[in-house]
Amino acid sequence: MAIEVRIPTILRSYTGGAKVVEGSGDTLNDLLTDLDSRHGGLRARLVTEAGALHRFVNVYVNDEDVRFLGALDAKLSDGDSVTILPAVAGGALGFAAAAAISRHSAAAGAIAQHNAGRRSPATAG
Amino acid sequence: MARYDSLLDACGGTPLVGLPRLSPTVPDGAPPVRLWAKLEDRNPTGSIKDRAALFMVRAAEAAGRLRPGDTILEPTSGNTGISLAMVAKLRGYRLVCVMPENVSTERVQLLRMYGAEIIFSPAAGGSNQAVATAKQIATEHPDWVMLFQYGNEANARAHYETTGPELLHDLPTITHFVAGLGTTGTLMGTGRYLREKVEGIQIVAAEPRYGELVYGLRNIDEGYVPELYDATVLSRRFSVGTRDAVLRTRQLVEVEGLFVGFSTGAVLHAALAVAHEAVRDGRRADVAFVVSDGGWKYLSTGAYGGTLAEAEEALEGQLWA
Repeated sequence: MAIEVRIPTILRSYTGGAKVVEGSGDTLNDLLTDLDSRHGGLRARLVTEAGALHRFVNVYVNDEDVRFLGALDAKLSDGDSVTILPAVAGGALGFAAAAAISRHSAAAGAIAQHNAGRRSPATAG
Repeated sequence: MARYDSLLDACGGTPLVGLPRLSPTVPDGAPPVRLWAKLEDRNPTGSIKDRAALFMVRAAEAAGRLRPGDTILEPTSGNTGISLAMVAKLRGYRLVCVMPENVSTERVQLLRMYGAEIIFSPAAGGSNQAVATAKQIATEHPDWVMLFQYGNEANARAHYETTGPELLHDLPTITHFVAGLGTTGTLMGTGRYLREKVEGIQIVAAEPRYGELVYGLRNIDEGYVPELYDATVLSRRFSVGTRDAVLRTRQLVEVEGLFVGFSTGAVLHAALAVAHEAVRDGRRADVAFVVSDGGWKYLSTGAYGGTLAEAEEALEGQLWA
């Protein structure tokens, strides 16, 4: 028996379109290395150069977040089910729009301040 | 019975009810393992978001960000919009909600009934279009105030100051707190309070795992983690799929008579997982979980009837929590 790994739509270009692939390993780290030998490039999308899970990637072993099970050192057993998902909070459309406005407002504020700073000497002159 | 000066004063103070039929049975002589539901659907507009909406508006008033007659902008199609609409009405503000045009008619009717104005973003463009619409609105109306629940500390503080103390008062023997993970405000605020007061308490998150259509829209580099989220507050985090959430939602009404939304089904699934672990390990457990809203707003999905497979299909591609 192997470990079943569910691949999100966005990463299926690395698995030839496959939704589910199989791999093996005693830890998540070993499993990702094993997968990368057949699906080159997949590991680099999930693990940063510093050797940590990418901030916007969530990995679950039997539906539990691996960050609370030792992250890349999380222990795996044959028959486990691993799910990889992009980080999306509840109300996806709402938060995406909210984050956009928030960034936009912050940027608009900074630009306004910058412009005010530039204008004042000119006005004085 | 209690009396309040206004609806806003009736926010919080929700009942905590035991679930003796859903709690796992333990062997003779073993310590008890009990499930408790915090009924947040008993808030003024029927969801836990009333607490956050009230705290965020009061904090903005105290900081001088909101003055009478101001306009609040909130991109939401969910419970936060409905809560803010009620609070805005009673405190004298105008509320504008931005939402995709393909949300259910119940949401639109409820928001309009509470007096909110709605700007629709085209459904066809998906989340990118919603973001573009939001940016355009912010440019055109720089004076509108956005409370931004994903990064607003008053959202988490509402639960630190109210939900957490209420739970500890009603259940001093609490061992586990389980709630849904969205803005993360409920778990961060309640979790911090309980960690300070109860040694060894487990703070458990249940997040909805949607159908592929929802994730398919997003690139990993465009992911988003709410500013409020602090992983050190949590002990464990579960991902709960649509089928498990529907199964537990139905179980709650069939076995305990509680009619809840699907996000609560996901939360119960995680609560049962930790309860059964306690039974297996022979440990005492008082597991309290949050009922974030009732099932009324989700009836039109059709997912309360038919087989589990049919319900799962009905919710495919929907943000059910």
